[in-house]
Amino acid sequence: MRHFQKEAFDADVRPAERQRLVIVGNGMSPGRALEKLFEAAPEAYKVTIFNAEPRVNYDRIMLSPVLSGEKSFDEIVIHGDGWYVKHNVTLYKGHRVVAIDRDNRTVTSNHGVVEPYDQLIIATGSTPIVIPVPGCKLAGVLTYRDLDDVNAMLLAAQSRGKAVVIGGGLLGLEAAIGLKERGMEVTVVHLMPTLMERQLDAPSGFLLKEAIEARGVKVYTKANTREILGTDHAGGPSRVRAVVLEDGTEIPADLVVMAVGIRPSAALARDAGLEVNRGIVVGANMRTSDPDIYALGECAEAHGQCFGLVAPLYDMAGVVAAQLAGDDSAAFNPSATATKLKVTGINLFSAGDFADGGDREEIVLRDAARGVYRRLVLKDGKLIGIVLYGDVSHGAWLFDLLKRGADVADVRETMMFGPGAAGGAPLDPTAAVAALPDDAEICGCNGVCKGKIVEAIKAKGLTNLEGVRAHTKASASCGSCTGLVEQVIRLTVGEAYAPAAVASICGCTRLGHDDVRRLIVAKGLKSIPAVMQALEWNTSCGCAKCRPALNYYCLCAWPGEYEDDGQSRFINERVHANIQRDGTYSVVPRMWGGVTRAAELRAIADVVDKFAIPTVKVTGGQRIDLLGVRKEQLPAVWADLNAAGLVSGAAYGKALRTVKTCVGSDWCRFGTQDSTGLGVKLEKFLWGSWTPAKVKLAVSGCPRNCAEATCKDVGVICVDSGYDIVFAGAAGLDILGTQALCHASTEEETIEIIAALIQLYREQGRYLERIYKWARRVGADSIKAQVVENLDRRRALYDRFVASQRLAQRDPWSERVAGKDAHEFAPIADLTLLNAAE
Amino acid sequence: MTSETWADIGALEAIPRRGARVVRTPQGCIAVFRTVDDRVFALDDRCPHKGGPLSQGIVHGTSVTCPLHNWVLSLETGEAQGADAGRTLAIPLRVVEGRILIDVSALAGRPVLAKAG
Repeated sequence: MRHFQKEAFDADVRPAERQRLVIVGNGMSPGRALEKLFEAAPEAYKVTIFNAEPRVNYDRIMLSPVLSGEKSFDEIVIHGDGWYVKHNVTLYKGHRVVAIDRDNRTVTSNHGVVEPYDQLIIATGSTPIVIPVPGCKLAGVLTYRDLDDVNAMLLAAQSRGKAVVIGGGLLGLEAAIGLKERGMEVTVVHLMPTLMERQLDAPSGFLLKEAIEARGVKVYTKANTREILGTDHAGGPSRVRAVVLEDGTEIPADLVVMAVGIRPSAALARDAGLEVNRGIVVGANMRTSDPDIYALGECAEAHGQCFGLVAPLYDMAGVVAAQLAGDDSAAFNPSATATKLKVTGINLFSAGDFADGGDREEIVLRDAARGVYRRLVLKDGKLIGIVLYGDVSHGAWLFDLLKRGADVADVRETMMFGPGAAGGAPLDPTAAVAALPDDAEICGCNGVCKGKIVEAIKAKGLTNLEGVRAHTKASASCGSCTGLVEQVIRLTVGEAYAPAAVASICGCTRLGHDDVRRLIVAKGLKSIPAVMQALEWNTSCGCAKCRPALNYYCLCAWPGEYEDDGQSRFINERVHANIQRDGTYSVVPRMWGGVTRAAELRAIADVVDKFAIPTVKVTGGQRIDLLGVRKEQLPAVWADLNAAGLVSGAAYGKALRTVKTCVGSDWCRFGTQDSTGLGVKLEKFLWGSWTPAKVKLAVSGCPRNCAEATCKDVGVICVDSGYDIVFAGAAGLDILGTQALCHASTEEETIEIIAALIQLYREQGRYLERIYKWARRVGADSIKAQVVENLDRRRALYDRFVASQRLAQRDPWSERVAGKDAHEFAPIADLTLLNAAE
Repeated sequence: MTSETWADIGALEAIPRRGARVVRTPQGCIAVFRTVDDRVFALDDRCPHKGGPLSQGIVHGTSVTCPLHNWVLSLETGEAQGADAGRTLAIPLRVVEGRILIDVSALAGRPVLAKAG
């Protein structure tokens, strides 16, 4: 009964004026419109979204970095599921709207959902154009539009086969480079004489072609596709095998990507009887021929023009939001937009109109050796076109001059070299930004000007990039203005600015740990010199901080392929013993689960006597430490220990250290499970693996927890019903109790979960970052989701761990007893003997 | 003035690139380093900070990072880099036909250590 009462109550208080807003499409423009609407009129509408894609709203501009492997899909999500819940938005994922009934004011989805609306936004986006040549429908012919296309390309790229990209525009080139980075052999076929002819003039298009070819991508220009050939039906369903050009050239292909342009998706609107030209026709107020229906984004045609770049689309979104919030005066007026190519290492910037003409003047700078080309087009004393290739650092300042229609007579001789050049001022990196007026646009995607950023920083006391992104959206879309935004922050807050968000690994690189790891995988970098070369390290061979990190990252990314670089390991890991303050070493053999026997103890005692080892100490991890061993003694000490079956305990490594146990159900009157046996199994399963930082485990046989499992990296507490797994504890510099991971009912399940957890940590943890810090950074929920809830993901992590262990479980001591790295353990020369002889 | 006394301590190839080997002398150990581009340097094998064995450090560029507390020393001069101040003795060295020679006279006047066992 209470249930019914509650519903009735809700119905009573529902504000009568709350209108129903339905949105068809869930791309970037409607996402932005909703953000603005919720800011302006949070209670005005009950919102329902139909998304033909089965997912949340993501940053479509960043699909190319996902394709090339520089970003993951999670990183480009704009609104996660939580956002829709928070704003009480109903999102139908995977629902395509098939009809709009304007008389009854409803929309109908392909799954039969009928939703009434008071206001409707059509944001159906665009459809990639498929050139209707013979073979265009063959399997293996794709377009490049959404995440499904990217996933299909990634799948095709696994074969490392041949790809042909038809279309040498922005998207086509990003796809080509992405596929190349993924290991395919790529050819670009472009109809026009130069690449990206809509954004670049011929000389910069030529430089771009050279740069693309230098990446190993073949480029055909002036090339018209005649036909796409398929395989014989004899071998199963026909799929693409080659692209044939007009002149008969046949280019072998396992994958064809068409990126020749987009067409506004206006069919739904046309069927509903709305006015449609190329796109859905809207007025400056973004309303269609039906005033209760808006069109927004790539599907809309305003001022006789359709738009594809994000900046004008976000402007449209702002107008739609304002109109919905009751501001009838809000109007969309397109302004000039700038283009950048999102290919790491190729810098180009273009804006405005740069066609030749009798009434125009141009200023050109070429520096062939440095691959620099700059061209400024002037008309009536004003800057109307900009093409920058190579060095684009002055793009923002020049674009500001262009957008303001400023009179550039005074600066025309020096403006090519940026704002600092006029007075011969020193090249302070922030000078260019300091010189910008407050209304200069910093973030083109989101239309954020310098003044707005400065204002937000001051008003909200912001000190970092994340804060500025959260409050202003500056640099939150394509990210290419991040550097400018950081300079504005630095200028505004001065020394207090700590760009800690993306701290670089060390002074040798600008890149942070996560970027480096991702690029190692994405670019297939399999040696430290290869990483340093490809990622433009600024030192010849790194430093003591980055080299061990790179060694670990390569080792983790390429098990079995990467050759461990001993010279990039800290001395302890290089010689498999712990250096002490006097330069001697300590030796700790493994005692599985802390269990030993007489023969092992006898062998240890004999070694202590034989080598006159000064100190023998029981460690906190339930084993025995032999301290004060001289380096040259190590192989002989290890040989004797090996003979008794003792192997390295890795007490020196960023690796699995100990699995501490209590005696459990074998002996203890409280023990619920065989904690000792499980500890031994865990240690035998996990030993030998390298990890970002040391890993210590413990297994307690009952909740009295004698093995102190609740302050370990990973702990197991045995209970009657099975095993409680806990993790992310610490008992060193920081003291931190563990948190629950999950419950497992068998030993096998426990081992699988812990192995998956450690593999996830191996793949995500930054070098020297302990498990508790990693968990704090990525969030325990994301760890649980992958290790506990998603069984497929858990299994995949477990399998990767097992594969890596197959190669890692070798005793480093016995290898060195057999002669490996002999140079480490003997002086190159002994002049004391020479002197004695004289 | 002491005259130079060049002692052949071994072949360049005996030292790993970006690595070091030790030469024992009556006056203590000398660390001999080989850089990534095959340049060779010799330093007294004691960090000016707490006496750490520099030969056990990570070699990068023409520097070595001490394994005990991460001081970075120039292989060319023995001088501590960055904010740390101190210097360890740089020992004259030359490479002749792939053999490394060091000038042991640089150690003259240093106390002779008891021979390690």
